[in-house]
Amino acid sequence: MKLEVRDLSVAFGEQTVVRIEALDLSDGEVLGLAGESGSGKSTLALAILGLTGQMGATVAGSIQLDGRELVGMPEQELRIIRGRRIAMVFQSPVSAFNPVIRIGDLFLRALRHHGVERADARERANQALREVFLPPEMLARYPHQLSGGQAQRAAIALAIALRSELLIADEPTSALDVTVQAEVIEVIRRLQVQERLGVLFISHDLAVLGELSDTLVVLRAGEQVESGPAAQVLEAPQHAYTRELVASMPKLGGALS
Amino acid sequence: MARFLIRRTLLGLLVVAGVLALTFLIARVVPGDPAASWAGPHASPQQLAKARSALGLDKSAPAQIVDYFSGIVSGDWGTSIHTRRPVLDDLGTRLPPSIQLVVAGLILALVIGIPLGIVSAVWRGRLPDFFGRIVAVAGVSMPVFWLALLLQLLFFQRLHLLPVAGQYDPGLDDTNPLTTITNMTVVDAAITGNFAVLGSALEHLVLPAVVIAAYPAGLVARMVRGSLLETMGETHIRMVRALGFPEWQVYLRFALKPALNPVISILGLVFAYSLTNTFLVEAIFNWPGIGSYAADSVQSLDTPSIVGVALVVALLYVAANFIVDVVQASLDPRIRLR
Amino acid sequence: MTDVATAVTTRRRLLVPEALRGNYLVLGGGLVLLCLVLVAVFAPLLAPFPEDAANATHAANGLQPPSSAHWFGTDQVGRDIFSRVLYGTRVSLEISALVLIAAVAVGVPLGVAAGYFGGFIDDVIMRVTDVFLAFPALLLALALAAVLGASAENATLALAITWWPWYARLARGQAASVAGRQYIESARALGLSNFRIIGRHVLPNSLTPVLVQMSLDAGGVIITVAGLSFLGLGAQDPTPEWGLMVAHGQAFFTTHWWVATFPGVAILLAAMAFNLVGDGLREALDPKRVIFR
Repeated sequence: MKLEVRDLSVAFGEQTVVRIEALDLSDGEVLGLAGESGSGKSTLALAILGLTGQMGATVAGSIQLDGRELVGMPEQELRIIRGRRIAMVFQSPVSAFNPVIRIGDLFLRALRHHGVERADARERANQALREVFLPPEMLARYPHQLSGGQAQRAAIALAIALRSELLIADEPTSALDVTVQAEVIEVIRRLQVQERLGVLFISHDLAVLGELSDTLVVLRAGEQVESGPAAQVLEAPQHAYTRELVASMPKLGGALS
Repeated sequence: MARFLIRRTLLGLLVVAGVLALTFLIARVVPGDPAASWAGPHASPQQLAKARSALGLDKSAPAQIVDYFSGIVSGDWGTSIHTRRPVLDDLGTRLPPSIQLVVAGLILALVIGIPLGIVSAVWRGRLPDFFGRIVAVAGVSMPVFWLALLLQLLFFQRLHLLPVAGQYDPGLDDTNPLTTITNMTVVDAAITGNFAVLGSALEHLVLPAVVIAAYPAGLVARMVRGSLLETMGETHIRMVRALGFPEWQVYLRFALKPALNPVISILGLVFAYSLTNTFLVEAIFNWPGIGSYAADSVQSLDTPSIVGVALVVALLYVAANFIVDVVQASLDPRIRLR
Repeated sequence: MTDVATAVTTRRRLLVPEALRGNYLVLGGGLVLLCLVLVAVFAPLLAPFPEDAANATHAANGLQPPSSAHWFGTDQVGRDIFSRVLYGTRVSLEISALVLIAAVAVGVPLGVAAGYFGGFIDDVIMRVTDVFLAFPALLLALALAAVLGASAENATLALAITWWPWYARLARGQAASVAGRQYIESARALGLSNFRIIGRHVLPNSLTPVLVQMSLDAGGVIITVAGLSFLGLGAQDPTPEWGLMVAHGQAFFTTHWWVATFPGVAILLAAMAFNLVGDGLREALDPKRVIFR
């Protein structure tokens, strides 16, 4: 799996909200997308999935998944890629799930939509839950019966069950307690190593990004201002804005490892 | 779930007690003399006195209240002045046809209103939405008695398509007499396998049901539109799109059910409102229901009947709301835990 | 963070005119409403036969179909229906205004008291409104009007008694949420009297949803008034009330359709206009808090 973004711009009418010069992501790699709230990070995530057209945005440039151009791809083909090859988890995990459908039902519907047989689907769902350390009875529950951390892990499990190669995580830990954050990050790290899952990790929290990312891209007001290996960007930031962000990180001694 | 039911039952009973109190006030705090209207305008003083004691008006106020409450509870709801029968008996015969009418109207309203609301939501801002909203607002703003007359003129008088009087063809009483069990023609005919009457009853039900359906259909359409649009903006819809589902499935398989929640919550209210609309409509269609009974009672200033009707409709309203709450709780898992 | 602030204010500035400008339905409703008010005010000038809206009858001219002399035809005693429909606008608008003002005048103070003081007062007032709300509007109005006697005044009173609980409920919800806010606590700590606090903080914040609800209710009141009059419980002859006019026309409807039709159209248009305007106000001002009926 290889994701290549070149000269991408997403605009709402006159206003350009996202401008990416270059962005690369391969199997087993975590790319951290850093920036403050409102810097267009989520819009980029939706643009990769081709979901910004819905909101009335115009997309120019190139987003290639294994050589196939996603910008301008017809809806029917995009729908095959969504979920199956690229999965997304959202910031508020419990409200990301349909409140009147049981978790297991959602798994089944999604898997069957992507052509998996019923029996296989059930097996995959159970297997996926095991990988995120959730008990199988989670499938019988409704979203509001799950804690934030459980719901987020369930969302990641869905990506696993679908055998997605790229996971876009849009502020997945921002709504969670620090201890629960660590659990979710641990799950993502395992998947990165064991399943060779590519992860686009979007966050405003540099400390979290520093822990997990291989590569770091910094966005400021939608504009890509810096990118490079994570350690390098954090220790020797080139751009003034990056320097500000790094400086504002709370240092508890040995925050970067 | 059990705790939820108990709480709701207790609240309901409290409201019922209040309803009884209010109807008592309406029944007794009447400018004018109930005894006089019972005995008639040419009553002699002795007849008036007899009427007064028969109606219990010569007792003290607290005694009257107690009498009233115990009467209601034990089944004595007074005697109707214009039918000379016990009010409760009258209600027993007249209520089922109206229930049948209102239920038919509500089913029709949902069948029309929900798709109308969906269309408005899906094509929001464009022509289908525009027309959908006009139709919905018209439904809600329609004077039902006028619509009844209009439909009668159009479908009976001019087009000769549908019947307008009574619950079924009276000629069938000779050929296929209907056994009365529930006093609801469609139900009775279906149970006893009397297909001739069943067909005629359904035919006669169409126009009145359409008239009753106008307001709820409009209301449901507006609510579905608003609720669906709101639901479509929520995160879980974004997630489902990101999973690759086509837009029509997003609307119908994932957004509709949560969006219908607020619609269900007003069904009780809509039921009661439609039941009172029958007051305006039944006389026009010669429908022997509680609506025409109420209209007749009003014409003859028959206070016991009016109060009896008010009481039974209010009680039905409380019951309907209770049922709606229970149904909602069983459909939406979040409500049970509140 | 300033970007967020400007984004929010620009959105809000755009929100109000956009909701009213691009929304043809609301504009249409507003236009019809304006016409209704103008008709009500200028009825004596607009009506060709203003005396027909009062006591005049012309038995010889009864049940004439629409013509150039009588645009809407004449009713069973020869009165010009067009003039009566025009004057009927006055009757309907007057009654609706009275009902709603009375309902608000009684309901809002009670609701505000219930929401602000909470506790026992809240419980009592809420139970009372519960009981009133257990009766569907037409039913309560009908029962009251029947026992009070059939007249326009009694119908107005009956409707006001029917409608006040909704406003008590609405005002209570608003007052309760405002009363819990911190600036109220500080006002109390500063020693401001309850009266002052309610007048200056609680009441103004409760007004918007009340106004929106009033515009939405106006349509319902008009229909209910018409319904009462249709049953004979409201305005009496010769008052040109629309519902009463439909009742008059009911007997001849299959042969002389115009007597009942035109007043009915008036009811429909008036109710639609109020509903559309109310909808628009709700979308523009306060989408979540209004009671949906």
